[in-house]
Amino acid sequence: MAAPPAVSFEHVVKEYESGKRVVDDVSFDVAGGAFVVLLGPSGCGKTTLLKTVNRLIEPTSGTILVNGADARSLEPTTLRRGIGYVIQQIGLFPHMRVADNVAVVPSLLGWPKDRIAKRVEQMLELVRLPAAQFGERFPAALSGGQQQRVGLARALAADPAILLMDEPFGALDAIERTRLQGELAALHQQLRKTVLFVTHDVDEALRLADAIVVMRTGRVVQYGRPREILARPADSFVAELVNAGDLVRLFSLMKVREVPLVADDRLEGSDARSDVPAIDQNSDLRTALSLMLQAGAFHLNVIDESLRRLGALTLENMLTAAHAAGVEAST
Amino acid sequence: MNYLLRHPDLVARLSLEHLGLVATALCIALVIAVPAGIVVSRYRALTTPVYGVLGIIYTIPSLALFALLIPLLGLGFWTAVIALAAYAQMILVRNTAAALSGVNAATVEAARGMGMSPAQILWLVQRPLAMPVFIAGVRLATVSLIGIATIAAWINAGGLGSLVLDGIEHDYPDKAVAGAVAAVILAFAADYALRRLERVYSLTGRGART
Repeated sequence: MAAPPAVSFEHVVKEYESGKRVVDDVSFDVAGGAFVVLLGPSGCGKTTLLKTVNRLIEPTSGTILVNGADARSLEPTTLRRGIGYVIQQIGLFPHMRVADNVAVVPSLLGWPKDRIAKRVEQMLELVRLPAAQFGERFPAALSGGQQQRVGLARALAADPAILLMDEPFGALDAIERTRLQGELAALHQQLRKTVLFVTHDVDEALRLADAIVVMRTGRVVQYGRPREILARPADSFVAELVNAGDLVRLFSLMKVREVPLVADDRLEGSDARSDVPAIDQNSDLRTALSLMLQAGAFHLNVIDESLRRLGALTLENMLTAAHAAGVEAST
Repeated sequence: MNYLLRHPDLVARLSLEHLGLVATALCIALVIAVPAGIVVSRYRALTTPVYGVLGIIYTIPSLALFALLIPLLGLGFWTAVIALAAYAQMILVRNTAAALSGVNAATVEAARGMGMSPAQILWLVQRPLAMPVFIAGVRLATVSLIGIATIAAWINAGGLGSLVLDGIEHDYPDKAVAGAVAAVILAFAADYALRRLERVYSLTGRGART
C-alpha cells in the first residue's frame, strides 16, 4: 500500500464571524518529502490555510489529515510538537539564548538533558552556526539571517516529518534571502522533510518548490510543478502573477541536459568547435542564455562532468524545448 | 530636622514598622492582583467592569476608606493592611494585564505553534518578557503605598505616620516633619531599588547582553 500523503486538505473552509470566507473549499494532497509552496497575494488565505495544519486556526468545516490521521484526533500541543514551525525572525524567544531556543521542543517532549544538548549542537552545526560560538548568545546579538537559521534549527530540533514555514525570509535583505533559499533547498535535498512554505514572492516559489499551490481569495487556482504553472497558467490571474510570458523565468527552471543538442555538422556558419564558450549540461538554461549574450555567440558547447563534449546548444533549440516543456507539463 | 537627629532609633523603628505595613499589604495585593491581571489580559470583555470597580476604590480618599473599614474590622494593623492592599489593586492589576498584553503576539504564537500549553506559554515566555513592565507596576504601587501608609497611624497601625500625627497633635512641627521626611526617603529608596531590578530584567529580556 502506498504511503498516505503527508498532509491532505479535504474541503477545508475557514469563515469568520463576519461571514468572510478566507479559505474557501480547499482540497489537495502534499506528498511525503515534497516541498510545496503556497503562493498568492496577501489576504489570499495562504497563511490561514498553513495554520490549519498545526491547528493554530481551526477550520470552520473540512478535514485536514496529517500523515493519514485527522488533525483533530490529536491534542493540539501533541500535534504541534510533531510539526516544525518557522515564522519571520520575531518568532525566536528574545529572552532565551540561542541554544535554549533550539532546545524548546525537545524539552517540551521531555528528552533527557544530554540528548537535548547533543541534538542542539547537531542542529546548530546543520545551519552553520557552531554551538561553541553562537549557542550562548541572545537572538538580539545575531543578524537577521542568523536568527532565521536558528529558527530553522529550532523547527528541526525534534526531527519532525513536516515543516511549516510562514514567509520565513520575508524580513531579510535580498542577498541574505537568496543565500538562505539556497541553504534551505540543500537542506531539503539532504533531509527530505515535507515542507509547506508560504510566500508571496514568485521567484522564491519557483526557486524552492517541487509544487506550487497558487491561491486567490481563499481558493486554489492552480496546483502544479513550477514550470507547468509558468508555461501553462490556469487563468489570467496566475499568468499575471507569475508573469507567464517570461521565458527567462522558464529557462531558469530548465537544465541544459533536457534540450536536444545539435550535432556539429548541422551547425550553420562558422566552425562549431572554436572560440565558443562551454557549458556544463547540469546548468540551467538561464545561465546558458546569459553566457551566450556575454560571448556574443549563437550557440554553446555542452560538456558533461568529465569535460567530454556532448554537442552544441542553440537558442533555437532552447526555445523549442521551452515550448515543449509547457506542452508536456500540461499533459 | 532636629527631631530626626535626636531620635534616630525611634525613627528607624517606625520606618521598619512602616515598611512592614507596606510589604504585608503589597504581598496580599499581589496574591490577588496577579491572577486578576492574567484573567483580564485573556478576557478583554472583563477590562471595563474590573477597571471600573478598581477605579472607584482608588478614588475613595484614603482617610475615608480607613474610616469605612473601622466599623467592620476595628482599629489596627490589619485594617490598614487591607485598605492599602485595596488601593494597590488598581495599579497592580492594570500593570500586570498591560505587561502580559505587551508581549509580542508573534512570539506568543510561535510558542503556541511549537506546542507549548497555555500554562507553559505563560511561565516560559510571557512571564519573563512581561517582567520589566510588571516590576514597574510594583514600583508605582510601593511608592504610593508608602505615602498612603502614613495615614494608617490614624487608626493605630503605627508606622511613620504616628510621628506626623503626634507632631500635629502636640503642636511640635519638628516631629511631624521628621516623619514626613523619613517617609519620603523610604519612598525614594524603594523606587531606586525597584528601578534597578527592573533594569536587570529588561536587559536579559531584550538579550542585549551576550
